[in-house]
Amino acid sequence: MLSDAIVPLLLTLKVASLATLLASIVGIALGKLLGRRRTFTRDVAESLLTLPLVLPPTVLGYYLLVVLGQNGVIGTWLTSWFGISLIFTWQGAVVAAAVAAFPLILRAARASFSDVDAQLENAARSLGASETEVFFRVTLPLAWRGILAGALLAFARAMGEFGATLMVAGSLPGRTQTLSLAIYDAVMAGDDARAASMVIISLITAVVLLIVAAQLLQRRRHA
Amino acid sequence: MRIAVDIEKTLRDASREFHLRMRFESDADVTVLYGESGAGKSLTMLAIAGLLRPDKGSIAVSDRMLFDSAHRIDVRARHRRIGLVFQDYALFPHLTVVQNIAFAQNRGWFNRGSVDADARAVMASMQLDALADAYPSDLSGGQRQRVALARALASRPQLLLLDEPFSALDSELRGRLRDELIQTQRSAGIPMIVITHNADDVAAFGGKVVRVRDGRVAD
Repeated sequence: MLSDAIVPLLLTLKVASLATLLASIVGIALGKLLGRRRTFTRDVAESLLTLPLVLPPTVLGYYLLVVLGQNGVIGTWLTSWFGISLIFTWQGAVVAAAVAAFPLILRAARASFSDVDAQLENAARSLGASETEVFFRVTLPLAWRGILAGALLAFARAMGEFGATLMVAGSLPGRTQTLSLAIYDAVMAGDDARAASMVIISLITAVVLLIVAAQLLQRRRHA
Repeated sequence: MRIAVDIEKTLRDASREFHLRMRFESDADVTVLYGESGAGKSLTMLAIAGLLRPDKGSIAVSDRMLFDSAHRIDVRARHRRIGLVFQDYALFPHLTVVQNIAFAQNRGWFNRGSVDADARAVMASMQLDALADAYPSDLSGGQRQRVALARALASRPQLLLLDEPFSALDSELRGRLRDELIQTQRSAGIPMIVITHNADDVAAFGGKVVRVRDGRVAD
């Protein structure tokens, strides 16, 4: 029974890991860019960037198809320059999951960066550090715990991605069918035993992730 | 070494406005900015260090113009070579004592623990060798103060700025560390500006005293 779940589970872990990596790079960079000063413009920007988290996943999937599809801005560019298309591929699933999950990292990163004592960054500047050095040697090491907690939530969100993934990558068994898609497939096919085993694996993974995230946030509060 | 400060800065928040209008010159080894808290001493220090941009005016240290609004000169904080000791020390909590002290020597994206000979000498002269691998949270107030001073000295500054360096310490330790600081200053030969609201500090340091009140130099 469990062997049925192995292929979608491995695919899901691969997709979710790469999506989290992609979302982390973009989320951390944008979180830093938005900065610690809260202005109206920056708050509006943060709200707009949070949209993927609150929009229905199918709406997100629709927009991703518009952008990444054969006639989309990025889709056309990818096809003409690299001869590749992301539609109905596992790489497309990575992009869909990354877009859906990245607001979680963005918000965690901006909050964690704001929590870093500005005085410490000033001390580093007075010791001759460039802005890049200040970021990598003071800001990021002091903020990483909060960012990691956000990244774990993003990973969980990416693992559970369904709607946008289905629209962008489809549900091709062994190729783009992640765990959540496979569960739906099994239920629709009336294969309750297969569905149940995959549900349990999903549940265990999610609980473990939430416990780890909670631990990290807890320790950050005591630090 | 001559220090010449002539700056103006207006700070606003929702409830109040603060006008800083500081003008003083000094060629003493030790210059003491003396006044009540909230008088603008710390703001002046941040401006000299390049961490707060004045609205207008000029700041020169030993004939090097660090800021001059008329000529659009504003040397970045990291190029000013001014050692800072913050009131709460601002030691990097994620770094050990030796990594804190070596911070200015190490360039690049990573914090390393290697210390060059100069920094090692500073560390030895301040009796910090035994604490090299301790983290700031393990240190006493007096030890933190010493590490902050060693970190500033190890960056080979041309001027040291100390903001209320003893305010977090009890009076006995205060006296001892004050003597230590005066000794260190003499042996290192680096001029310094000390901010304090404590009359005993003023008497002990001697040098040039600049009284600050409501954002201005009081005569």
